[in-house]
Amino acid sequence: MTTVAVIDYGMGNLHSIAKALQHAEPNAHIQVSAQPGIIDSADRVVFPGVGAMGDCMKALHELNLVDTVRSAAATKPFLGICLGMQALLTDSEENGYTDCLHILPGHVRRFDYGLRDADGQPLKIPHMGWNRVHQRPHPLWHGIAQDSRFYFVHSYYAVPDDAGDSAATSDYPDAFTCALARNNLFAVQFHPEKSQAVGLQLLTNFLRWDGAT
Amino acid sequence: MSLAKRIIPCLDVDNGRVVKGVKFVDIRDAGDPVEIARRYDREGADEITFLDITATHDERATLVHVVEQVAGEVFIPLTVGGGIRTLDNIRTLLNAGADKVGINSAAVFNPEFVKQAADKFGSQCIVVAIDAKQVSSDDVSPRWEIFTHGGRKATGIDAVAWAVKMADYGAGEILLTSMDRDGTKSGFDLALTRAISAAVPVPVIASGGVGNLDHLADGITIGKADAVLAASIFHFAEYSIEQAKRHMQARGIEVRL
Repeated sequence: MTTVAVIDYGMGNLHSIAKALQHAEPNAHIQVSAQPGIIDSADRVVFPGVGAMGDCMKALHELNLVDTVRSAAATKPFLGICLGMQALLTDSEENGYTDCLHILPGHVRRFDYGLRDADGQPLKIPHMGWNRVHQRPHPLWHGIAQDSRFYFVHSYYAVPDDAGDSAATSDYPDAFTCALARNNLFAVQFHPEKSQAVGLQLLTNFLRWDGAT
Repeated sequence: MSLAKRIIPCLDVDNGRVVKGVKFVDIRDAGDPVEIARRYDREGADEITFLDITATHDERATLVHVVEQVAGEVFIPLTVGGGIRTLDNIRTLLNAGADKVGINSAAVFNPEFVKQAADKFGSQCIVVAIDAKQVSSDDVSPRWEIFTHGGRKATGIDAVAWAVKMADYGAGEILLTSMDRDGTKSGFDLALTRAISAAVPVPVIASGGVGNLDHLADGITIGKADAVLAASIFHFAEYSIEQAKRHMQARGIEVRL
């Protein structure tokens, strides 16, 4: 039985992710927690989050979770989701400028105002809905068809310094990185817990993953 | 572009049962919300919206329980609207498994509530629902106003200006219902949908008036909506969600199939 800590630092509703993980693997022991001890001792860690980056980093500092997150990201299967993906990078444009966790080198940028789609219509921000994900080979894509659609809702996106850290891209309207991977770490901009069958498959893959690429 | 346009079935829930739209005098029971949500999920709904039309506080708890059950087995975004007035109302629904909440009258009475809700829970989960009615005659350029109390009470607020203000206050999405069309099965108010969609930077869901599959497609191609919402055409299995998507695809619209 695998134990999973879902890091609860007050950034959004974690019930969906906990329920989806439990559904993906009924035998897994899922704990939603802000306790460093529980996070340290879990076999694998999920780092979710919705909201603004400024609040996210503030909450991590106030709860003394920065070192806990860094250590988990360095040592065991680790899945960042949405804001939990963006926070892994160096910094973000959100809230003026926000210093992030520096776990992967790169930046978080806002979709430009005034972008237009192929029909010349103004592009809506947030990027919300089901978009195609162009995957690069990684064990967490096992059983998921290339270009499957996942559910997104975000206004900012990751720009890793090292293109080798990108595990998938999506288009809005230009290609942007929507998944990051390095060693035992995997992170996605979309919400697997809200992406129906393909999302559950990704969570199942994560729960069975040994952290090797 | 590869972002799909969304189809969102809406369940009007009264005391734990799905009923046909509120405008109908003859409220027909359309079944168990959990079972219907399951079916829509199987058929490929992109999201599901629950609209609580229950009158009393006690009965509202029933919907929270419905959301809990659905969220435990249906893994697509769930929106709940109807009677949301406080941050506590929102927290209760999010904890039950809702991903977004629809705020309607409470926004009109107190626009700051939208700001507070977006600050507290994030814009991604705040949908402002707008009920609009045309107030100009058809021969001049159309103008729409916001109505409350199920379309009975005029507010004097211009619908386009209101939508812009709500997006500015932190709404992550606008659910736009034409009260002129709701329940008529004559199609969306496309001029209204287009006017609002062009005016706001956030996604717009068109609602009110869907009677056939071309109406759904028109909402996207002519109304320029990002998503389309319908209730009764799906409840009684007149059309399945999948049929609707295939029809939209045949009309050149990108959908998730």
